[in-house]
Parts: sequence; structure tokens; C-alpha cells
Amino acid sequence: MATSSALGGWLHRVTDSDVWWSFKSSPMTVAAAAVTFFIIAVAFLSPVLAPHTPFDPATLSLSDGLKPPVLISDDGDWTFPLGTDDQGRDILSSIMYGTRLSLEVGFASVIFAMVLGIALGLVSGYFGGTIDAVIMRIADVQLTFPAILVALLIDGVVRGLISVQRHDEIALFVIVGAIGLSFWVSYARTVRGSVMVEKNKEYVQAARVIGLSPVLIMIRHVLPNVTGPVLVIATLNLGLAIITEATLSFLGVGLPSTEPSLGTLIRLGNEVLQSGDWWITVFPGITLAALVLGVNLLGDWLRDALNPKLR
Amino acid sequence: MLAFILRRILQSIAVLLTVGVVAFSLFRYVGDPINAMVGQDTTMEQRDELRTKLGLNDPAPIQFARFIYNASRGNFGLSYRTSEPVGRLILERVPATLELSFCAAVFILFVGVPMGVYTGLYPNHWSSRLLQAVSLFGVSLPPFLVGILLILIFAVSLHWLPSFGRGETVQIGWWTTNFLTWSGLKALILPSITLGLFQLTLIMRLVRSEMLEVMRTDYIKFARARGLSNRAINFGHALKNTLVPVITVFGLQLGSLIAFAVVTETVFAWPGVGQLFIQSVQFSDIPVMAAYLLLIGLLFVVINLVVDLLYSAVDPRLRGGGSVRVAGH
Amino acid sequence: MATTSNNPPLLEVKNLRVEFPTRRGTLLAVDDVSFDIAPGEVLGVVGESGAGKSLTGNAIIGLLEPPGRIAAGEIRLEGRRIDNLPYEEMRKIRGARIGAIFQDPLTSLNPLYSVGRQLVETIQTHLPLSGSEARKRALDLLKEVGIPGAENRIDHYPHQFSGGMRQRVVIALALCAGPRLIVADEPTTALDVSIQAQIIALLKRLCREHATAVMLVTHDMGVIAETADRVAVMYAGRIVEVGPVRDVVKHAKHPYTKGLMGSIPSLGVRHDRLTQIDGAMPRLTEIPPGCAFNPRCIERGQRCLVERPDLMSAGTSRAACWLHDRGGVGAPVAQELVDA
Repeated sequence: MATSSALGGWLHRVTDSDVWWSFKSSPMTVAAAAVTFFIIAVAFLSPVLAPHTPFDPATLSLSDGLKPPVLISDDGDWTFPLGTDDQGRDILSSIMYGTRLSLEVGFASVIFAMVLGIALGLVSGYFGGTIDAVIMRIADVQLTFPAILVALLIDGVVRGLISVQRHDEIALFVIVGAIGLSFWVSYARTVRGSVMVEKNKEYVQAARVIGLSPVLIMIRHVLPNVTGPVLVIATLNLGLAIITEATLSFLGVGLPSTEPSLGTLIRLGNEVLQSGDWWITVFPGITLAALVLGVNLLGDWLRDALNPKLR
Repeated sequence: MLAFILRRILQSIAVLLTVGVVAFSLFRYVGDPINAMVGQDTTMEQRDELRTKLGLNDPAPIQFARFIYNASRGNFGLSYRTSEPVGRLILERVPATLELSFCAAVFILFVGVPMGVYTGLYPNHWSSRLLQAVSLFGVSLPPFLVGILLILIFAVSLHWLPSFGRGETVQIGWWTTNFLTWSGLKALILPSITLGLFQLTLIMRLVRSEMLEVMRTDYIKFARARGLSNRAINFGHALKNTLVPVITVFGLQLGSLIAFAVVTETVFAWPGVGQLFIQSVQFSDIPVMAAYLLLIGLLFVVINLVVDLLYSAVDPRLRGGGSVRVAGH
Repeated sequence: MATTSNNPPLLEVKNLRVEFPTRRGTLLAVDDVSFDIAPGEVLGVVGESGAGKSLTGNAIIGLLEPPGRIAAGEIRLEGRRIDNLPYEEMRKIRGARIGAIFQDPLTSLNPLYSVGRQLVETIQTHLPLSGSEARKRALDLLKEVGIPGAENRIDHYPHQFSGGMRQRVVIALALCAGPRLIVADEPTTALDVSIQAQIIALLKRLCREHATAVMLVTHDMGVIAETADRVAVMYAGRIVEVGPVRDVVKHAKHPYTKGLMGSIPSLGVRHDRLTQIDGAMPRLTEIPPGCAFNPRCIERGQRCLVERPDLMSAGTSRAACWLHDRGGVGAPVAQELVDA
């Protein structure tokens, strides 16, 4: 009753807003959203939807190896619609699980970078002085290197510190950490800038006088201001994070073949590419491209919709 | 102006030193250099002896100084993987990477920037929209995928271009070059495009959005109100203002190219420093990693410095002082 | 009015309508506006933010930003229609026959080019002068607008000038090709109060010396009182009163203008209370039928709710108000105020 009408009211405000209108009026964005959400949904439901469990060695048999996709195969057998790799793993299922992993890493690393960046930005902006100088120096140094090198470096270091097997087990966390660590700087800088502006405003000093924690007040005022730019950075970063993870896996320093993401699958396929078994690389490749394309299109649209100058 | 240059140089040295510290820490503390060098049955005493002999028991600052000194003379120790001197390994491979990056940079500059200007000036034309759509692909396709795709089409199917390697090269002094042989030039094409595509689309979109912003400014409006010709407005006023921040980005991209060569070199089996670095990461070959890090750090710092100086030469507002980063110009 | 048949108007605006198609329908931002400007005359156009004055100015110089467009009406410069000219024709007119000055001198100048270069470029676009001749003319202009040390400063960049100096440069740029009319859109609003008077005096003097007419758009009545020969008052996209400046200020004929004038404090006069007009100017989507001002008008009558008044004769001015019509306003109706 009350809640449903409140929900109805909110829904009405959303559908009546400029943002929604600009969404509906751009068919490409709607298509992009549809495709992206479809891929995401399928990926996350993969334990339920996938016809096979490609990473459980017990279910594999080598005799199924290197089967081509059903549309060009001789026997028209639909068990493995997109074919199999050299170990007999179903490509379709591998893609589903792999996409899920790629997405998990992408989202997790962006969130990690966001939290880390916002925290450091707040600290740096509020406390100023030496802490600020140190953090900004580190940021400067890190900015000289592109994200992928930083991620590679971190991964290489971790690899050097622990055994290979253990590394494979925690590969997911290492990758998320590595990618996240390479992205935090933009968030930190934005937040720091906002904090420094707000810090000198009178309401902060007034809050200090009456004994309220100025940090909390600032957070309440700073964070709403930075939500826009932070979201913009996040949408830019998501596609990049997915690509970075895929690249790392492709290079062999990302997720291992026991827990493959789309990048790993492409690498595995690349090894047999020259002999003409193209499906092992191409299908994961198409999925990856579609996913990132969708994410980027949505990000583009969101940025344009949020940009007050373009209204 | 002089104060500005001096300040930037000092900043660069500070950054370099920091990178040096990181490289040194890697070098010294990750993994055990001794274990990588000697066989299984060397005793603990022998290892300790070796440690002292190599100066590994000296205080850290001394080791750091020694590290920097050695680095400045190109001595980075021996590779864990191949036991060759790291310095020589890198030197052998640098020309390959540099030539590749140069080609990619040329590609970006002479294709990407004009495309960006065009789509910025005429954003609603169908050709602009098409280019925009294509650019979206460029940004979404990971470079390694582009490389694989190009190989599939042009090498495996059409057999027009080679799918791996550098082709024939010519040795001039210690440099080996692709540019003097036909097969060398052919081998450069696919990798350069692969390497440059991602950055090209970035530059194109940046130039476009800068152009659109500039066209909306008050001084362009005032220029129109004064009756200046379209050519004067588009190419005299708008273009110059657009390109100023683009300089920074392009400079940074040069560095990125060299870094991203890592991926392209792996896809095309191109024998450059990038490939070397990947191999070193896979094998935890710390000396190579540290050396690469230092080298790339030096490169980036120099590029940043040059870009900042260039920026202040072009934008008269900056001649008073201060450095510029892309985000807020 | 200042124009007679022997002295044809420099600029004629007839029944101008400017529309903005939006997704919520078409907004009418300038509604049936007509006025003339005589050669050498300063016409002030005054009104609140959103009354349509800047848009009228933009329409006249042909720089309405899309999706805004001229939906109806005519604009004539020296008898020749300019509102329907192709872009290239209009471009030749801009700068050479009609100049413009905008509000913010900092953003009006390209930061990457020296002041001299921008002047020379504009001069050479419209006048067949060589480089050195153009530079000499630029130098003379800079001196005329009161830039000290013009020989040196001609090669300086905009950021090296103070706000007031920059606006002087902007004025020089607007005048350098010798236009007959200048559209000045809030030329002093972005400046310090102490500088405003100087700039206004400069503008007035220069325009008199060059026999250039000025359409001075502003919300600042004080500037108008100082500078203009005649003034047009705009409200909700319409002109509600127009006449010689002294008459409009001292003997306003339209209730809105009366309210405006009463709300300006002046030295030496004892005010018990400054007049305040209740309510607020309606949004473009909610303009009432009849007279646009009627909900806020104390003197309104039945007729005001239904019939929209055109500008009609009221002494030496003209006002769009039924009070000045023989038929009167009809039975009085109380104000109907809506929250701002």
C-alpha cells in the first residue's frame, strides 16, 4: 500500500526523467544494454544453464576432443554446439563460466580501486601535509606506468614470492588486487580535489566548533558531489579492467587454465590456431568483444546522460 | 620559465629515484638471488660466503647505491632464466621494440588525429557517426584479440603478410632495422596496426570531444560574431586549442606504446623487450624485471618531462610556471 | 520615436518569434517582438533573466544556438532582410556591419593568440588592408579604447590583461571593422562595479564618435539610465514598454515597469519602502493567456485575463497595457499570485 505507492512514485520519477528518455531514444544504447545484460545474466546463471561442467576432469573424455562447432561438423551432433577443445571441454560451457570469471574480476577490481581510491583521496585531501605529499608522490610515480605494466609487475612479484601451485589457487585475488591497484589513482585525485575544496568551507569549521566530527560532515557533503565523476571513471574503468584481465590471462600470467576466464580460453585456443581449429579462439573472442562493447556503449551513454553541459 | 624547467627536472629525478628504489627492492628482496645462481647441493656456508662476496650482506643503502651505479653503466646482473647478462639481452631487443612503436605512433598520428578533427567538426554527418561506431570497436577490442583477428585474416587465410617474427633485418652497428628490407617492412604492418589501434581510437575520441568542447566556447562564438571565415575558425582557432591538451596525451601514449608492445610482441612472436619482459614474469626472472622496470621508468619520466616542456612552450598561460596533467587543463 | 521617413531606421525587427523545440513541446522564448533602432542611437533592452533579451540579440546577429530557431518575423538591416540569409552572406555582415560584445571578457578571447593577432585577423577578414596597415589600425584602436602602452601590449596574451582591460580589447575587436550596430549582451555584468562605469562610458563615447548604434542588453537599470537614448522593457518574451529613457524611468506607463523603477533605490531620495513586485516571471511553459503580466498586476481587470495587449501609444512611450486603451481593463480583478 504505502510502500508500493512509494515505489510506484519512484518508478514514475525514473521513467519520467531525462536520463531514461535519452536511454529510450537511442536504439543502439537499448540494444547494447539488452545484449550486455543478457551476457551477464547467462554468465552468472552458468552453473544452472551450462550444458556441461568443463572444469570437472571427471566429466571429460579425450575422445570428445577437438570437435568442430555443430554447424560445420559432419555429424550434426548438438551435444557440443560450439565444439570442444583439445581436452574435450565444451566450448559453450567454458565460455559461460569464463565470462562469469571475467565479469567477477572486472567488477571486483573496479570496486576495489574505487574504495581504495576514495579512501586515500579522503585521507590525502583532509589531512594534507606530509601524508598528502606522500600519497600524491606515489600516485605520480604510478601514473607514469600504464595499468597493464603495474598489474604485470605485481603479478610477477607475487609469483616470485610463492609457489606456482599456491599462486594458481589465489590467482583470482592476485589479479583483482593487481588490476585494482593500477586504477585507484583517478578516484583518489578526484576525491582529493573535492575534499580540498570543501575542507575550507565554513560549515566544516562550524562543525568543528560544535564538536561534530568534521570528517563525517565532509563525507556527507563531499561524497554526493563526487558521485558523478566517480561513476564516470568507474564506467571507463570497467571495460578497461575486463580487457586488462583478459590480456593478462592471454599472456599466461592471469587466471590459469584450471579456472579460465575468456582471456585464458583465447590463449588456449591460440596455441592450436595455426592448425585451423579456429573455434576455440573465435567464440570466446566474440563473447569478450561483445561484452566489452556493451559495457563501453552503456558507459558512453551514462556519461553523456550525466553530463549537464550536453543537456 | 627557468624555475619551471628546474622544478620539473628535480621532480623527474625524484620519480626516477623512487622507481629505482622499487626496482632495487624487487631485485634484492624478492626471491633469493643466491638460490637462483647456485646448484642444489651448495652448502649453507658456501652460500653465505657467496653472499658476502657479492656484497649481499652490506647495509641496504650501500647496496642501493651500488645498484644505481651498476644500472647507469648498463650492468643489471645475469638473467635467472638464461644466465646471460641482462644488459646485453635488453640491448639486443630494444631496436625491435622501438621500431615497432615508432610505426605504431606514426599510424596513430597521421590517421587518428585527422579522423578526430573530422568527426569533431562534422559530428552529425553519417560518415562521422560511422567512424564513431568503428572507434567504439577499437576501444572494446583488446589488442591481443585484434592481433589474432588480423593474423587469421591476413596471414592464415589470405597469406598476404607474415604471422610472426621480424622478417629480414639489416644490422647497422649495434642496431638491427626492419626498414631496409621488403620482408622486414611487411612484417611490420600487422603488429604496428595491432599495437596502434587501441591508442588510435583513444586519440580519435579525445580529439573529437576536445573539438566539440572548443566549438562551444565563448571565444569561438565571439570569433563567429566577428565574421571570421569557417576556415579561420576551424583550423586557426579551434584546432590549435584542441591540439594543446592532445599533445600531453600523445606523449603519454608514446610511452604506452612501448609498454603495450608487451602484448603485441607476444602475439606476433616479435623479438623485442616486451616479449623479454613477459618471459621474465612467467619465470620470475627478477633481474630482467627490475631492469625493464628501471628502463621503462626512465623512458616515461623523460617523455613526461618533454611533454610538459612542450606544453608550456605552446600554451602561453603556462609560461609563468606550474606543470600540467591531462585531467585539468 | 527617433526615426522618421527622412531618417530610416538602421535596424528593424518585426514580429520576431524565437522557438525552442524540446521533448516537452515547443517553447516560445521570444514572442512577437518588434522594435527599431535609429542610426547612432543607443537602445537599451532591459528585463529579468529569462525574459528573452539575449535571445533577441542572438537572433539579430544570426547566432541562435540550435535547436533554437527563428520561427517567424523579419529582421532588416538598412532595409535589407538579414534573418533569412545563407550562412556565408550573414558571416560577411557580422563584424563588418553588426558587431557583438558578450558578457565574459575572459572567455571571449582565445587564450592562445596574442591580442594583436586577433585584432589583425578580424581587420583583414573584412578590410582590404595589408599586414602592417592592419597592425597600425589595431594599434590605433587599442589606444582609442584606452589601453596604456599599446605598442607593447599589442603582442600580449589575454591572460596578461585585467578584466576591465580585457573588455576594452573586446570592444576594440567588435569595432575594428567599422560596424554600424553593436549588440552588447551584458557587457559589464562580469566586471567589478568600479570598472563597470568606465567601460560603459567608453562604450558610449566610442559609439558616438564612430556613429555606431548600440543595442544594449542588460538587467541593470542603472546602466540603461546612464547610457541609453531609448529603452525597451521585456517580460516573458514580449516587449511591454518602449520609449525615451527619461520618460520610461520617471513616468513608467506599464505596471511592470512601474514596479521595476520603484524597486531601484536612489541616493538623495527618501524611500519608505522599496517597491517589490509580488510573484515571479512565469516559466516559458506556463505563460498565462491574455497579458503575460496579469497575475501579478495590481491594476488588472477582466480584459487583461483574456485579450493580449499589443504595444499602444501612452504619451511619449508605448506600452502593452489595456490601461492606455480607451476601452480600459474592464472590471477589476484581484492579483493571483503563484509561488516562484
